[in-house]
Amino acid sequence: MANVNMIGGGRYARGEGSGDNRRFEAKKIDVRALLVRLWKYLGRNRLLLVLALFLSVTSSLLVLYGPKLSGEAINAIDLGAGKVDFDTVFRCAILMVIFYICSSALTYLLHAVMLRLSRSVTKQMRHDVFENLTALPVGYFDRFQTGDIISTITYDVDTVNQSISADLLQILQSIVTVTVSFIMMLTIAPRLVLIFVFTIPVTFLFTRWMTKRVRPLFRTRSARLGELNGFVEEMLSGQKTIRAYGREKVVLERFDAKNNAAVEAYTTAEANGTLTGPSVNFINNLSLALVCVFSSVLLVQGKIRLGDLSSFVQYSRKFSGPINEVANIISELQSAIAAAERVFALIDAKPEPADAPDALVLESVEGDVELKDVDFSYVREQPIIQDLDLHAQPGSLTAIVGPTGAGKTTIINLLMRFYDVDAGGIYVDGNEIRSVTRSSLRKAYSMVLQETWLFHGTIFENIAYGKPDATMEEVIAAAKAAHIHSYITRLPQGYNTLLSDNGTSISKGQKQLLTIARAMLLDAHMLILDEATSNVDTRTEQRIQAAMRTLMQNKTCFVIAHRLSTIRSADNILVLDQGQVVEQGTHESLMAQKGFYCRLYESQFDAVS
Amino acid sequence: MKQLWKYIRPHRFFILATLVIKFLGTYVELMIPDLMETIIDEKAPAGDMTQIYLYGGGMLLCAVCALVGNIVANRMSAVSSGKITRAIRHDLFVKLQSLSARQMDRLTVPSAESRLTSDTYNINQMLTRIQRMGIRAPILLIGGIIMTLQMDAALALVFIGLLPIIGVVVYFVTKYSVPMHMRQQTVLDKVVRVVQENITGIRVIKALSKSDHEKARFHAVNEELAQTGLKAGMITSVTNPVSTMVLNLGLTLVVVVGAFRVNSGEIQPGVIIAFLQYFTMILNAMLGITRIFVMWSKGAASADRVADVLELPEDLAVVPAEEGERSGKAAHIEFRNVSFSYTGVGMDIENLSFRLEHGQTLGILGPTGSGKTTILNLLLRLYDPDAGQVLLDGQDIRTIPYEQLREKFGIVFQNDFITEGTIAHNIRFFRDIDDATVYAAADAAQAEFIAEKEGGMDAEVVVRGNNLSGGQKQRLLIARALAANPEILVLDDASSALDYQTDSRLRRALRENYRNTTTVLVTQRVSSLRHADLILVLDDGRVSGAGDHAHLMQTCEEYRSIAQTQMGDRREGA
Repeated sequence: MANVNMIGGGRYARGEGSGDNRRFEAKKIDVRALLVRLWKYLGRNRLLLVLALFLSVTSSLLVLYGPKLSGEAINAIDLGAGKVDFDTVFRCAILMVIFYICSSALTYLLHAVMLRLSRSVTKQMRHDVFENLTALPVGYFDRFQTGDIISTITYDVDTVNQSISADLLQILQSIVTVTVSFIMMLTIAPRLVLIFVFTIPVTFLFTRWMTKRVRPLFRTRSARLGELNGFVEEMLSGQKTIRAYGREKVVLERFDAKNNAAVEAYTTAEANGTLTGPSVNFINNLSLALVCVFSSVLLVQGKIRLGDLSSFVQYSRKFSGPINEVANIISELQSAIAAAERVFALIDAKPEPADAPDALVLESVEGDVELKDVDFSYVREQPIIQDLDLHAQPGSLTAIVGPTGAGKTTIINLLMRFYDVDAGGIYVDGNEIRSVTRSSLRKAYSMVLQETWLFHGTIFENIAYGKPDATMEEVIAAAKAAHIHSYITRLPQGYNTLLSDNGTSISKGQKQLLTIARAMLLDAHMLILDEATSNVDTRTEQRIQAAMRTLMQNKTCFVIAHRLSTIRSADNILVLDQGQVVEQGTHESLMAQKGFYCRLYESQFDAVS
Repeated sequence: MKQLWKYIRPHRFFILATLVIKFLGTYVELMIPDLMETIIDEKAPAGDMTQIYLYGGGMLLCAVCALVGNIVANRMSAVSSGKITRAIRHDLFVKLQSLSARQMDRLTVPSAESRLTSDTYNINQMLTRIQRMGIRAPILLIGGIIMTLQMDAALALVFIGLLPIIGVVVYFVTKYSVPMHMRQQTVLDKVVRVVQENITGIRVIKALSKSDHEKARFHAVNEELAQTGLKAGMITSVTNPVSTMVLNLGLTLVVVVGAFRVNSGEIQPGVIIAFLQYFTMILNAMLGITRIFVMWSKGAASADRVADVLELPEDLAVVPAEEGERSGKAAHIEFRNVSFSYTGVGMDIENLSFRLEHGQTLGILGPTGSGKTTILNLLLRLYDPDAGQVLLDGQDIRTIPYEQLREKFGIVFQNDFITEGTIAHNIRFFRDIDDATVYAAADAAQAEFIAEKEGGMDAEVVVRGNNLSGGQKQRLLIARALAANPEILVLDDASSALDYQTDSRLRRALRENYRNTTTVLVTQRVSSLRHADLILVLDDGRVSGAGDHAHLMQTCEEYRSIAQTQMGDRREGA
């Protein structure tokens, strides 16, 4: 476990520190509500929980009975040379053997039960997070860092889990140990217990003081470490550019500043944090000395026997142990609570509103798309689209044009219902899209986005992603249509080539072609192209466009492209500027208007001639 | 580990002092049970109260000394480890910055990052903890054994005999659990990958309604992770109960054997009590040694990973220039019979030659993977050619000192790097550039969007420029490239997200304001290249056409067909 913990810890620290402004907000939930929720996760396995409780109490009791027995044996031995009561000694020894073996067996069982318990909690938590992740609106992922979400689902869940499996167990056993030791000490020598009236408050005050003092130091440490990690991550990813500009020295200076701050915070935290160990030992030794002196006094006065003294000393050690551990447990719990907050924040993030209960399933779509009086804005008071009317007949081509940043992808977001309109409505074959299921609406489109997305899997799996029952013939046909087939066959493993994370040998253009092949395979009657071919070189694009034209037949198409020559054949052109639809019409009518489109079009000629 | 010693060496006396203090602190702590035994066995039965208090005071004094010694030593260990870590990190960062593109490709950024952060962290942990516990646990173990041997050899042998059993248990548990933990780490990587793919591909997944498929995928890896975790945990958790059991059984044995020895008058009963105390100490020492072992192996593994990077040979060293090599009238940029291959298999650039004069523009056009970016990598000396020469003003770039070479260029790579900070910071990019120049560069780059941002030049840019559109990012990057008035401007598909209008304004601004700048453009757009003095049409690493627009329109079939598709049938349109 240690191995996993350490790495997890490091990563967690990074998550912790990577700038407060861009983290998804872990709302300040009150701790009690949080514990109730954690309890609910535990409560799902009531049987295991009860078993764990039972095992932990019995195993602790068995171990705790040991000193009592050894004390009894020592009393029997203490009768002096030649007078040792061997019967008692053997009886005690046999009982001790039995008790210790049973106790160890029970401890192992307890570990096993706790492992299962924490495994089930972790699994459930990850499941819940992921489940909600898939339901979140697209906009959520535009706002938050991927790494942050990943660190929550892995490291934060782990932190919570470790706290549950380790701290919970420790608390449970500590309570048993402290109670039983206390009772035992009371039965052996009530007067000696008075010593703890002194040492317990000392321990308590000390740990409180330490926690208060050290916690902010460790917080600073995590923050500085996080800053360093963030800086390193950023600068290493830009290493090529930094080198190209020869800025290594300046960057190194900044790195050194962050490095120094991190090391300093680290040293301070460490130096103060390591006070605890020796101090705890000191208090232990102090109790031992006091117990020893006072019990000797009692022994001299004949108030207790030697064996009792022995057991008392052992119990006093057991008694002070857990109390001193409290400080550690509390700080562990702090980090677990912080982690749980982040996990729950992700589980609670608002998902896309559910489909209407009477939502229709779109079937055999004709491809008649109509937008009526649509208003939309990402941020209130900043309207992006106002009063937009658009009618795309089945099989027609709608081109969306406009300068950079004009908000062309917004239209796509609305068509696919990644966002809902603020007013007005969008109709597919006469059905308002909010009255049909999202999944059937989205399935009615095939889509090729600007950013290519491939996953860890074979080329075949990636192309067939949208059509799980696709045959090899279909996949090959799609790949041929996308002009990627010959490239694929040249690979040693052909269609079974595994696309790994860094996409090793696959260039950007080839990735784009694969996603086009994926879209080709779909049977949808509507098609969305978002600057899809801008990464492909012109020669290949010529071929693709020919194939696309075949694909587009009988399909309602929405195309975002910069190349005006390809848009001239559109049935309807939507011209956007600064987030607004400024003009709409065919190429001829728009040219005749001599408006924005006309200027845009002519600027291309201006550039060419 | 040899590398690590180099960093420890300057601090060796400080560390030695730490260890001595630690040793003393531990030694006095070890005397406490010894004193206790004396009280219980000799002073208490004798009923000498003064002696009892005296020895009790002695215990207290030892406890105080132990406290002070341990705290001081712990602080010192934190200080020296901090200094060592800082030095290692510094050197590692310097080394990472100096790696060639080829070395970085091989190392990969995530790996470099984890070496710089989590590996150095592991080393730090190892250094502090070994100083803190490395002396304590063995002393407690050996000291405990010696003390018990002195008290009563027979009883001591009882539990010395048990120690190997614990050793064997720890050995086997480690042997089986380490591979398990490594497996767990691999499975965790899988979980991370599925989540990552789901976040980056959210639109595609939603569009294709594949959420259920993805949930099933996640469920499978989640289950696998839980299973491997359980298996590893079941093995690891054997150590504790078993070690405790063995020691407790030993304790029972001590009581029994002790009974016989007391009966025969060989020892006092107090010895047994002291033994029980030493038992706890030895048990903790054993567990401590196990932990040190784990820490050492992990720290050593990290130190090796760091050393691997530190020991990488220096790539792309500057070669001394040969005398008299400069000949006649040198071009600003010249490629002379250059060949290059990334992998050594097949040619990425084959026998390429061209010349470009001061202030001229070179355009490079060609299909994906034809070697366009490779030419830039060679020109910038991110890689060295396998054959041939790249010359600047007639000087082989391998002979130009690194910093001189860098100052010549302003560059925009594909998907270039944008850092967190203000817009101005991104344009300056760690250079000393005055405000006026920054504004001029932004103007030329057509970055008028800056003025519209709240805060203008001081507007915040988030990580990777996520709050800028593609076109805004590109213009920001172009402004960065122009800001230092470079001799050579290199743009790798740097205006692909710009509309034609903005693109053409940009090119006009470059022509007018940066007349003396030699420009190298990689692009897919013929319109961007029309005014270039030289256009190279690349195909599979070879030049299939070279010349200006007019020349290529006449001689190069490929160029003509590309131009025609892109520019449309002008005659009809106009």
